[in-house]
Amino acid sequence: MAHAASQDHHDDHHDKPTGLRRWVMSTNHKDIGTLYLVFALIMFFIGGAFAMGIRAELFEPGMQLMQPYFFNELTTMHALVMIFGAIMPAFVGLANWMVPMMIGAPDMALPRMNNLSFWLLPFAFTLLLSTFFLPGGAPAAGWTMYPPLVLQGGDGVAFLIFFVHLSGISSIMGAINIIATILNMRAPGMDLLKMPIFVWTWLITAFLLIAVMPVLAGAVTMLLTDKYFGTSFFNAAGGGDPVLYQHIFWFFGHPEVYIMILPAFGIISEVIPTFSRKPLFGYKAMVYATASIAFLSFIVWAHHMFTVGMPLGGELFFMYATMVIAVPTGVKVFNWVTTMWKGSLTFETPMLFAVAFVILFTIGGFSGVMLALAPADFQYQDSYFVVAHFHYVLVTGAAFAIMAGVYYWLPKWTGRMYSETLGKWHFWLSVISVNVLFFPQHFLGLAGMPRRIPDYNVAFASFNMISSIGGFVFGASQLVFVAVIVHSVFFAKKKAADRVWEGARGLEWTLPSPPPFHSFTTPPVIDDSQLAHGDVSH
Amino acid sequence: MAHQKGVYFIPHNSVWPIVAAVSLFTMLFGAAHWLNDSAGIGPPIFFCGLALVIFMFFGWFGSVIRESVHGNYNGQVDTSFRMGMMWFIFSEVMFFGAFFGALFYARIFSVPWLGGEGHGAFTNYFLWKGYTSSWPTNGPEGIGGAFQIMSPWGIPLINTLILLTSGVTITVAHHALKEGHQTRLLIFQALTVLLGAFFLYMQAHEYIEAYTHFNLTLHSGIYGTTFFMLTGFHGLHVTLGTIMLIVIWFRCKKGHFTKDNHFAFEAVAWYWHFVDVVWLALFLFVYIL
Repeated sequence: MAHAASQDHHDDHHDKPTGLRRWVMSTNHKDIGTLYLVFALIMFFIGGAFAMGIRAELFEPGMQLMQPYFFNELTTMHALVMIFGAIMPAFVGLANWMVPMMIGAPDMALPRMNNLSFWLLPFAFTLLLSTFFLPGGAPAAGWTMYPPLVLQGGDGVAFLIFFVHLSGISSIMGAINIIATILNMRAPGMDLLKMPIFVWTWLITAFLLIAVMPVLAGAVTMLLTDKYFGTSFFNAAGGGDPVLYQHIFWFFGHPEVYIMILPAFGIISEVIPTFSRKPLFGYKAMVYATASIAFLSFIVWAHHMFTVGMPLGGELFFMYATMVIAVPTGVKVFNWVTTMWKGSLTFETPMLFAVAFVILFTIGGFSGVMLALAPADFQYQDSYFVVAHFHYVLVTGAAFAIMAGVYYWLPKWTGRMYSETLGKWHFWLSVISVNVLFFPQHFLGLAGMPRRIPDYNVAFASFNMISSIGGFVFGASQLVFVAVIVHSVFFAKKKAADRVWEGARGLEWTLPSPPPFHSFTTPPVIDDSQLAHGDVSH
Repeated sequence: MAHQKGVYFIPHNSVWPIVAAVSLFTMLFGAAHWLNDSAGIGPPIFFCGLALVIFMFFGWFGSVIRESVHGNYNGQVDTSFRMGMMWFIFSEVMFFGAFFGALFYARIFSVPWLGGEGHGAFTNYFLWKGYTSSWPTNGPEGIGGAFQIMSPWGIPLINTLILLTSGVTITVAHHALKEGHQTRLLIFQALTVLLGAFFLYMQAHEYIEAYTHFNLTLHSGIYGTTFFMLTGFHGLHVTLGTIMLIVIWFRCKKGHFTKDNHFAFEAVAWYWHFVDVVWLALFLFVYIL
């Protein structure tokens, strides 16, 4: 494509700022994407440190290292930091970097708002993390912040609520920006049904974010007024109901689960075709499956509340609606497998993470279907089985997909190849240790070990020790990830080609590596046969 | 380069986003300390943050207006702004949805259950014996004491008429703008502002009456809670909307808008209609039913 060569002369129209100005006042989607990704990595290690504390305490039965209340603070903060600080910002960072390049745009639609979306996050997390040093300590009632327990916290409650507000504003603005970018900034000829799947999944995710983050803001505002202004939303004595909070929270919470997995589906749908050297199987089915999952996410929320007390009709409705989600998700898994079928496969690090994602996410999906059965859920509720389930979908699902995406696009971003040897070390250490970490937790849960407790029956001792060892190894393995990134950004010598991977298709690979400051300053010409999923027009 | 055909527009680096992040943080940090009443440093920090937020709005919107007046924006930027505003209003709808959801849940489920309906029979028998569900209610413990409710056919009806009228006046102003009648535009835009302000005056009056004569307060159980939170958040949005209308009036007077290019006017009009629709839902579900 001829336009790739003609990028550069437009760039000198815009000064490329340097130093602090470049990062703090940026309107550049790549710089802001980098900020998001670095922030997410830092939060991944802070949240990871909390997890190490949790696993260290659970290494043996009995109380070893900490007070029970501090243990609860760690479980709560681990979840909040990982969800709102690591997984979500990492996906937004990837969207910032890749979406404009994939659709032939120069930048995001609203670049200044993009900057604000990022810079709210460090401040939001300052509010959250400062609660450790306040009277009453950090929030300790679980990331779901159920009343009345959460309202019994100390000074940290107000900080927690304002943290949710700030990060919610950040998410909503980020999502608005992504929707406006995708709907308004596509190059001529980039029809909706020609967009890469990663762009599609983010379009739908952004819609989910705008629809549910305000609901969470409403829920925590009710907590705020109940605690500080004497309202009765969640107070039965005044005619309210604590269960009301759970309904509002999970109306946010279940779409939130898909906010954390749909972009992962998008990444995997980019990586697998590239390393199978085949177009994605069932492109349109993938789009429709994503949309179906998003729609269903709004009508399944009460499966998080089966044991709370609901009319029987409610239990049945939410059980069947939840199980229906397995259908579009199954479509996706089969499409990934079929894409690989008879492909010319190679297993570079991104592909290794993608294949591991397909297998391990499916395990997490299956335990999800088990949990969807209302009568069975009465047994699983609040046990380690639930912990194992959502860590399979969030760690080996979302986090592995992010890692696949980072390895896949890192050479494009830096213009230099990462070390494949280190990458493979990172992958094998991670994939083995993560299973040692989480698989025994299924058995612990089925045997009756409750979650969110610092001490347990000696009957659970051996599996907990195995799980903790897996946890420590998994935590340490992530240092290799940092090493790969630092090496690739600062030290690697091997230059990356424009089309980094032989089988890669799509507009982002027509740009130089690293791409120019503003990706496309004039709209590129779309060549159907060069799209990530082949020509789908007939 | 922005006015070149087929070339994208990208704004320059800006200091305002980071000012916005710092000021919002300062405001919420102060508010959190204020709520916890720790040593009285909360209020000054909060008001510093608030002042910074206001300063930021002047600065950020000021630079956008300058760029717009200089003709830097092309049709694509206009569409991005439109989408941004549209989805922002959608997020606001969902925010109000949470509070309406709380109202419906209380009325349809939690209050009847406390009164012993359905599976609430044992709850009622063991915990809240003698409580019969009704609406309005301040719950089985009668939190906040006995209260009376506002009749929908007094101030609320007047306020409904005020907002509906303001929806008409802003539309007349919009047509005047599109047809180039500057005087008519300014008069009807000013009328809209006055109607918004009058609405707020009436609502303040209603709140004072509720607190002083009816003992209907934020503490009046679930009724007082939903009543004041829903009408309060709506009132806050009317306040913001009125401020936005005032800004637009000044911009109309300065001649910022042309017949075909006046997105800021339209955005505020959308917002005003949204506030209007929320009020109609409030009038129906909070006051009448």
